[in-house]
Parts: sequence; structure tokens; C-alpha cells
Amino acid sequence: MKLLILLVVVLGVVALAQLAKVYEHTRELRKTREEDISLADNKFNAFLWMAWMVVFFILSTYLIFKYGQTLPESASEHGVLLDKLLNFNWIIILLVFYFVNGLLFYFASKYYMTKDRKATFLAHDNKLEIIWTLVPSLVLIIVIIYGLMTWNDVTSKPAGDYAAGDYIKVEVTGEQWAWYVRYPGEDRVFGDVNVNAINETVQNNLGIVTQEGMDVIFDDLDATIHKTDSTLKADFNILPESKVSEMQESIYKMARRKQRLKDLRPHEEMGVSSWESGEDDVVLYKKALHLPVGVEAEFELRSKDVIHSVYMPHFRAQMNTVPGIPTRLKMTPTITSAEMRDRLDNPEFDYVLLCNKICGASHYNMWIPVIVETQAEYDAWMAEQTPFIVPPEVEEVEPETDGAELAVAESTNDNK
Amino acid sequence: MAGHHEESFISKYIFSHDHKMISKQFLLTAIVMGVVAVLLSVLFRIQLGWPGEPSGFVHFFLGDRWAEGGIMDGEAYLALVTIHGTIMVFFVLTGGLSGTFSNLLIPLQIGARDMASGFLNMLSYWFFFTSSVIMLASLFITTGAASAGWTVYPPLSALPQAMPGSGLGMTLWLVSMVLFVASSLLGGLNYVVTVINLRTVGMKMTRLPLTIWAFLVTAILGVLSFPVLVSAVVLLIMDRSFGTAFYLSDIYIGGEALDVTGGSPLLFQHLFWFLGHPEVYIVLLPALGISSEIIATNARKPIFGYRAMVGSILAIGFLSFIVWGHHMYVTGMNPFLGAVFVFTTLLIAIPSAVKAFNYITTLWQGNIRMTPAMLFSIGLVSTFVTGGVTGIILADSALDINLHDTYFVVAHFHIVMGMSAIFGMLGGVYHWFPKMFGRMMNTKLGYAHFWITFVCAFGVFFPMHFVGLNGAPRRYYAYTEFPFLDATINLNELISVFAILGAIAQVLFLFNFFHSIFRGQKAVQNPWKGTTLEWTTPVEHIHGNWDGPIPEVHRWAYDYSRPDYDEDFVPQTVELRAGEEEPH
Repeated sequence: MKLLILLVVVLGVVALAQLAKVYEHTRELRKTREEDISLADNKFNAFLWMAWMVVFFILSTYLIFKYGQTLPESASEHGVLLDKLLNFNWIIILLVFYFVNGLLFYFASKYYMTKDRKATFLAHDNKLEIIWTLVPSLVLIIVIIYGLMTWNDVTSKPAGDYAAGDYIKVEVTGEQWAWYVRYPGEDRVFGDVNVNAINETVQNNLGIVTQEGMDVIFDDLDATIHKTDSTLKADFNILPESKVSEMQESIYKMARRKQRLKDLRPHEEMGVSSWESGEDDVVLYKKALHLPVGVEAEFELRSKDVIHSVYMPHFRAQMNTVPGIPTRLKMTPTITSAEMRDRLDNPEFDYVLLCNKICGASHYNMWIPVIVETQAEYDAWMAEQTPFIVPPEVEEVEPETDGAELAVAESTNDNK
Repeated sequence: MAGHHEESFISKYIFSHDHKMISKQFLLTAIVMGVVAVLLSVLFRIQLGWPGEPSGFVHFFLGDRWAEGGIMDGEAYLALVTIHGTIMVFFVLTGGLSGTFSNLLIPLQIGARDMASGFLNMLSYWFFFTSSVIMLASLFITTGAASAGWTVYPPLSALPQAMPGSGLGMTLWLVSMVLFVASSLLGGLNYVVTVINLRTVGMKMTRLPLTIWAFLVTAILGVLSFPVLVSAVVLLIMDRSFGTAFYLSDIYIGGEALDVTGGSPLLFQHLFWFLGHPEVYIVLLPALGISSEIIATNARKPIFGYRAMVGSILAIGFLSFIVWGHHMYVTGMNPFLGAVFVFTTLLIAIPSAVKAFNYITTLWQGNIRMTPAMLFSIGLVSTFVTGGVTGIILADSALDINLHDTYFVVAHFHIVMGMSAIFGMLGGVYHWFPKMFGRMMNTKLGYAHFWITFVCAFGVFFPMHFVGLNGAPRRYYAYTEFPFLDATINLNELISVFAILGAIAQVLFLFNFFHSIFRGQKAVQNPWKGTTLEWTTPVEHIHGNWDGPIPEVHRWAYDYSRPDYDEDFVPQTVELRAGEEEPH
């Protein structure tokens, strides 16, 4: 196969060379020069510009109609505004696209060179210049004002009072390559999170900070530091040098981590300490994000490692998740998953939340479904969720629930 | 003057100080890099067009390490898109385009014997060469080339734990980039100084050909923005190798919390795009300058609105420094700041529109000679307009929310910047080939090359808009995971077919180019009947460009088809008649 390809390539080049040779001989015989473009060539290219214009306009129009709207209608309130703005912009740019390309191809085709005439000498015309500076300016002013009004609507704070229950909060956290979703639980307040508080052995993968969790980590760190230190002291003379420095470094790292944790302080939010409010948070790993229909949701977005991006094309919503810098977006879903399935006549349909910032090998497969349901369904679903509970009960309670949760989570993405 | 002493092979062809030779060196290097980048794109287009299907072609190039059984590996895919982007943006369209044509045309068109500093010019090429070699070498290491996308956002690019490509591959990428910037700065300073100081008698700034204006503004943009890229890159090197945390904060990866806090990934994005956006115009402006020259010469008409054209180049150059935030609408940047960038970004549409209309008016009632260079330049105007209008959508922050990082963006910048700049570059090669090599390229092959390339370019990039509107993110190895992306999968196959055809068509160019260097028809001194000074130099290159004294300039560069002259062009060296006024 490789040989065959190679053969074809070589033969192709040889053929081209032979053709070129023949061409050069005829050129010499006819005494033509490369830079003298014959009338036939000028005409032929002029024809091709025209032909191209027709084909290009027909095909692009076809594509616009066939593929211009392949996403279903927006399933969020602000998405409708964005779609309107997009359609408005489409009208303007398509007019420009057809008009300017049309003029260009038409002139390129019409004014091909003939020997018997001279081009019109026209160096400048201030009136024309002013027209095509002012007209785009005016159009752009409209585009800018309309665009910025929409932008303000979309990025403003959620309407109403959170404490009064006017909207809900959801947190989404990215890691390579999975999404965590966190709900604030009954107290409606998220507990603090910190990367140094992450403790995989007790399934605290988000690093939710609680007093008990801190105690466990401190005990753990102290014990490990002590153990490493005594090994180091006892076996100092028999350990290889690299091992010694490795152990010293690990002690240093643990001490640093301990210090960083010690620097943390709780704060008060809606009457609850931020180190206690995490206890009833609901954490989902690689599971569907549930949202009640018609209720505004404010997303708090985080990342544990590299930049990811929460992208929900059906809701026209996107925001990057940045390690160290929590970001936010808000939206109000308007169409339940069930209703959208009906409208699309596709029982398999699911909204998705996918990653849209390059984040490594499985970037293309980092997603969870989004389920929009009625308030009643949402409440019922929420009641079934296990709150995040930290030690001391961890030894007895946690392994069961977390084990079960994890098994489901890891098996598929379609857990509803 | 110089040119009469014997030169050794090394000083003539390798460590040459002569701008014409350096220009050819840049061009050849860029062609090699371009071939590599196109090949990489064919490989990943095969993956996108036919995901999961084994391909002998892919296996031939990637081997078992990166494509076991002929199916590309996910990490190899990311490395390919990253290096494709890097090579195309920096090595082909920045180094290649400016390096070739600024070097060739600045001294020849302003009437100078050479660049202000031939030695710095030589250094500029050899930095470029070294940086190219390092970038290519990074493709052959076991952990793979840099794979974080050509924008190399940290923390992904900063942490070797995050992906194998962020190990040695990323280090090589960063080192290569530092050398590249050194090359750009040496070149850029040289271009600016040469244009300002070495113009011949009578070559007022208002008589400069638009090519020179474009190269001058490009060089200024480069000199002001590339140092910022270096700072971004150096800080990234510090974060990677010396334990700092400029871009890192609160990171838990590979089972441990890193001891970093207080850094900001957004800082890198600000620094990167402060270069990155002017970079777009560093790529585009030379192409626009080249096409202005080619269109005027071949339409046998003065470029319409010379002063407006210069003004719009200056306006674009200035605005390009205050729009970088439009790459960051959804990165967590303050929405108010986003609003400011919407405003400045959309302003750029005004000088761009002026340029487009001026090109079209130049064609109006022209006497258009369809040389391959002319076809490419008209093609450039079309891609500039077609890609430009979708920029209006993307500049609108509210609309960018749903289109950011989708294929809509890929379509937009490939058409407006990639295709336009490539067309400008190819047009320039066809047009100035006789000046570079003393021979003509084959016109018929040029036609075939243009039309196939033009059709394939739209065949590839036009459907990509709809892939993006379908909600398909870029830099995805496969789209098979999502039922809602059916349209994407259909379109992707079509796009890949055009991409492969387009790539094959470039063989026509390569053959024509190399064949014509040795066997092309011998060129005459002024084959296109141009007015500018480069066509007054002898066909055979001599060091110092002109045998006798440097010609003096008496008029602007666009006296084509003046009704009061018999010939349809009046060279810049012809004195104004009594009572004759310059027309602009």
C-alpha cells in the first residue's frame, strides 16, 4: 500500500514535469511570454469569477438554510434574547456578505483586460470615502448598543433576594476530566472549600472545610510528619541520599499544607458559619445536573486543576472555570427535559453540560447531562440525595453511601 | 558601491547580509514549515472526518507510538492541532510573510542599497531558523510536542502532570518561541529604521507604495507587542521550572494540592493576547499591503483612496492594541471590561470596511489582467470580507457566550486571517518571483493552483461556521459522544474531503515554484509594467541593488492609466511634467 502511494506520487510528479516540458516547448515555438496574459485567458478567468459567484452564493445559501439552525430553540430565558440578537446580526452581515462579495466578483469578471482600452483613472473621491466610513459607523453604533444592552441583561446579578428564596445557587467544579455539582443543602449556603482540605480517603474531593474534617487532616498530617521524621532520624545513615531529600521535602510540604490550613478562617453567611454550612451540601460526581424549570439559577464555577469551561449550548450559556478564581453565570431554564423531548420528538434527547476549554486527553469526553424538571420533581429528587457528612461518623456511615454512589457514578454518565 | 567583490559560497548563500538572499532564505524556510503544518492538518482532518477508522496514511506518519493500528491517539491529536497553529501563525504567516516580503521589498521599493543593518538582518534569519528547527524537533520526542493549544494557557501548559505534552515538548515550545521573538524584534527594528532613514531622494512618506506602509506599521506593531509575549513566556518558564506561581493558584492535581497560591491564569491570557491580537494584524497587514500593490498593478488603475488606505492601516494598527480582551469575554473577566472591548473591537470594522470598498472601487472600470497573483489578491478581498463579517458576531460579547471556542471561531479566523494572509503571501510569490529568481512562474499552473485552492478554502472553512453554530467545541478529538452533534459529524466529513484536496493542490504550487527556479522562462526587467522602484533594478541580483546611482523619485506609486500619458503606467522615476500635479 505504502509502495503504491509512493509510486502514484512519483508518477504524478514525473507526469507534471513532462507536461511542463511540452508546455515550455510550445511556448518557445509560439514566442509567447508568461506575463502576457492572452485575451482567452483573461476571458476564461472572468468567466470563472462569474461562475464561482453563482455556485458560491447558491451553496452558501443552501448551507445557511440547511445547517443555520441545528441547535433546538433556546431552553433558557436569556438564550431567547441572545438568539434574537444573533438573528439581527445575521441579517446585517449576510447583506454585507452578498453585496460586497457580489460587487467584487462582478467587477472582477466584468472588467477583464482588453488591449484596446485604458482603465478609468480615478485616484480618490472624498464623497464616496465619507459614505463608506459613515454608513458602517452608523450600523455599528446600532450593533454595539443592542449588543451591550443584551450583555448587561445577561451578566447582571440575579434578580431578587437569595435569602428570600428568589433564586437558587448551584456550584459546578471541573477537574481532569469530570464535573462535580454541588447544591448548598437545606441551609441554602455553600460551605467553604479549599484545595488543601481535599481528602480523598473520606471522599471529600472538593475540599469542603469543616471543623471535624480539619481535625482529621491535622491528626493525619501530624502523625505522618512524626512517622517520616522518626524514620528519617533512625535510618539517616543507611538511607540513600535521594531518599533522604525526598523525605525531607515531603515533611516540608506537609508542614506548608498544615500552615495554609491553619490560616483559614470561617465567616458568617446568612447566619451560619461557613465551616458548618458545608455539612449538608449535596455533592454529585459525574452525575446529571438537575435544575427546576422557571427558577433562576446562579452558578458558581470552580476548577481544581486546569482551566475548563462550562458550556451548555442548549441554554446558550458558557463560562470558564478557573483555578483560584471562582467565576459565575446565571440562567433560568424555561423548557423541561421532558417537554424538549416531546418538541423534538426524540425520547433520547438530553441537555448537556460539556467542557469547552482544552484541558487534556479526555477534553472531548468531559460532560454530564442536564435535567430540567418541574419544581415538584426537583424537590423529590433532592430529598433523595445524601448530604455531605464528615467524620467522626465517617468510619461507619461514609463508606457505604459513597461506595454506592461512586459505583453508579463511574459506570455511566446517564444516571438521572 | 558593493557588489564588485567576489563572495564565497558561505557568505553569499548562508550567512548572507544581502536582503534579497535573506528574503529567499525566509521564503524557503516558511515553505518547508508550511508543508509540515499542512501535513499536520491533513492528519487531524482525517481523524475528524472519519473518527475511529484506521488509516494507513496516519499510521505511516505517526507510527505505533501515536496511532496504534492507524487510529490517532487523543494526545497526538492535541499535539497536532497545537503545532499546526503555532507553525502557521508564527512561522509561516509572521516570520515567513514579513521576513520574505519586508526583506525583499523595503530596500527595493524605497530605493535603498540594503537594510539599515545587514548583520542584524542575518541574525534575524538565523534566530528564525534555529527556532524553526527546535519547533520541528519537538515533534519527535517521546512525551510528545506541546499540546495545550497554540495559545498555551496555563495551568494546562504549566503542569507536566496535566498532560504529557506539557513536559519537555512545552519546554521546547517556549524556548523556540523566545528565539522566534528575538528574530522578530531584530527584523522589525531593522524594517522600521530602514523605512524611516533610507528612503531615496524624493521618496516622501506620501509617495511610499502601500506595501511599505503596511510593512512599516506591521514592524511597529511587532516591536511593541512581541516583548510582551516574551514576558508572558518567561514567567511561564519560571512557573514551570523555578517554583514561582505567577499563573498558578489553588491547584489540586495528581492526588496532591500544589503549594501555590495567589497567581492568576488570567494574567497569562492578558499578556498573551496583548501580543496575540496585534499579531493578527501583523499577519494580515502585510498581506493587505501586497494585495494593494498587486491589484493596482494588474487592474492598471491607481489604488483608490491612497490616503484613506494609509489612514486605515494606521487606524487598524492603533486599534489592534486595545481590543485583546475580546478573546476573554467568558474567562471570568469583569463584564464591564468586556463591554469596553466590544466597543473598541467593533470600531476596527470601520477601517476594514473602508479598505474593502477601496479595493472594489479600484477594480471598477479597471483593465484587469488576470495573472495568478491578481487572482489570489481578488480572492484575498473575498476572504477578508467573508471572514470579517463573522467577526462582527464574535466581537459582540453577548453572542460570543454561545460561540466562544466553538468551530465558528475556527471558521472565522481561518478565513479572515489564515486564508487572507496565505493568499497575500502566494500572490506575492507569483508577483515578485521574477524579482526574486530572475525567472517567471508558469501561469497556467498558477491558474489551476489558484482555483482549486480557492474553492477548497471555502469548502473547508465555510461549513465550519455551521459546525460551530451546532454547538461543537473546538479541540475535540471526536464528536461521536454527543447525539446532538449529528450535523457536525456530517459536515466534518465534507470539510475533511476539501482539506485533503486543497492540500494535494499545493503540489501544483510546489512543483511550479521549484521547477521555475531552475527552468522557468527568463524574466524581463519589468514584466508586470509596474511603476515602483524594484522594477528598475537589473534582473540579475547585484549586491547594492542598482548598478549606478540610486534612482530619484518624482511621483507616487500609482500612476496607472493616466489619460495624459500614452503608456498605461508612469514609473515613479519619471519627472512630473510642467504644471502636472500629483493626483492624491
